[in-house]
Amino acid sequence: MGGTPTDLKLIDENGRRLDGRLADDMRPLKIEAGVLSRADGSAYVEWGLNKVMAAVYGPRECHPRHLQNPERALVQCHYNMASFSVDDRKRPGPDRRSHEISKIISEALTNVVFTEYFPRTSIDVYIEVLQANAGTRCAGLTAASVALADAGVPMRDLVASCAAGKAANTMVVDLAKEEDNFGQADIPLGYVPRTGEIVLLQMDGDLTYDEFDKGLNMAVNACKKVYEIQRDALKRRYAARSVDAEMAAPVAGAVKEGM
Amino acid sequence: MSKDVVADLKRDHISKLLDKGMRTDGRKFDEMRPLKVETNFIGSAEGSARVRLGSTEVVVGVKLILGEPFADTPNTGVLTTNAELIPMASDTFESGPPDQESIEVARVIDRGIREGHAVDLEKLCIEPGKQVWIMFVDVHVLDYDGNLFDAANIGANAAFKTAIVPAKRAGKGEDYPLPVLHQPISITAVKIDGKILIDPTHDEERVADARFTVATLETGNLCAMQKGLNGSFTVDEIHKIVNMSRKIGDEVRAKL
Repeated sequence: MGGTPTDLKLIDENGRRLDGRLADDMRPLKIEAGVLSRADGSAYVEWGLNKVMAAVYGPRECHPRHLQNPERALVQCHYNMASFSVDDRKRPGPDRRSHEISKIISEALTNVVFTEYFPRTSIDVYIEVLQANAGTRCAGLTAASVALADAGVPMRDLVASCAAGKAANTMVVDLAKEEDNFGQADIPLGYVPRTGEIVLLQMDGDLTYDEFDKGLNMAVNACKKVYEIQRDALKRRYAARSVDAEMAAPVAGAVKEGM
Repeated sequence: MSKDVVADLKRDHISKLLDKGMRTDGRKFDEMRPLKVETNFIGSAEGSARVRLGSTEVVVGVKLILGEPFADTPNTGVLTTNAELIPMASDTFESGPPDQESIEVARVIDRGIREGHAVDLEKLCIEPGKQVWIMFVDVHVLDYDGNLFDAANIGANAAFKTAIVPAKRAGKGEDYPLPVLHQPISITAVKIDGKILIDPTHDEERVADARFTVATLETGNLCAMQKGLNGSFTVDEIHKIVNMSRKIGDEVRAKL
């Protein structure tokens, strides 16, 4: 977290953030499920200025084979940022940051997948960040769990994810890029709304205990909102399908809903 | 396969003891293993520490070289943290390029000392935009009996305290002590069968459901966290670990 440059006011007198949001407001989140043809499941997320695609292949044969687990499936996430996703071109290929994010997202998703149903297999989750504006790991995890559901992978629940943080000495949710760069702390959270479990949690910056307490609560509440949007995306996807089926067998009055 | 059988047996053993409020090595749930820190262990490093946390042993070496700053931070020195999980330390480590585990270890240690401002990186600037000190913090694991995060974090803090900036060698005036600002101490807990244990051993880590690391400052503030493994925590458990980490972090800080 860098220091606040004096010329940049992250929060104004009315409590409005640079993009007009209040402390508790998330950036606009749009999720579309089932957007890729070859993948077993997929989801596309636009979250503020973030654009993230997630695809799921599997359960399928696990490569390399020495990673196979005779008792359960391996959930392997591959988080990748496109070279054009940030202002200064990012060198293509995995770096240390993306390895770490892949690991913690794999762990978060493993928690909700019934891995014991698919011994020896791998469930591969690919997250491509096409445009980045802070919060890409949360967007990626949010997209990935919708993609897993779209692939029909049995899960205990979806994982919803959103960050809270501190900018201009105020706790806020869903940091945008300037707030991440010039703010004081960031707390990305992955949450299982049905059980109230935390499956991903990181923090960096400087927070008092009370600020952390407040931020964690704000992030949990934001995750509950994300969860509704995830569910809605899945409902829309499959509602559209059932309407398609009705269209195939002509029924008077059936109208295809636009996506 | 055989390893899993062993893990299952150990899990039974560990969880039976936990039900009685005991750990395999006789510690309380919130008790660290004995900590021994030896500084200036490596003469060829600018700062170093050998840390023994129970039977986990790591050597942390700090080296400083001259280099260019990053374009977006022209006035600050560069901090680079690396962890080598060498095959000597455990049968689970393999030689070769760093895997996800060692990358996570390095990045969590880095996050603690960077976000906690252990070293005043602005004082490591020689000529803005042109020349700064690049500080390498290299963690070498010699014996792995769990909780590398904390052993290495403690080692880094200890090494900073005694490190010297080698200005004379580089023709930049007299040598001076590394400008240390804070001591961000990380404390790691694991959850096994719903119970929270501080400073896990290798066996405890192997059967743990979830892991959580919290780095705190002498002010009581929090500067870095990382949740790991496939299991989960409740909000209350997170608060419990944060509070344990603040208390035990103070105790560790007093020993350095």
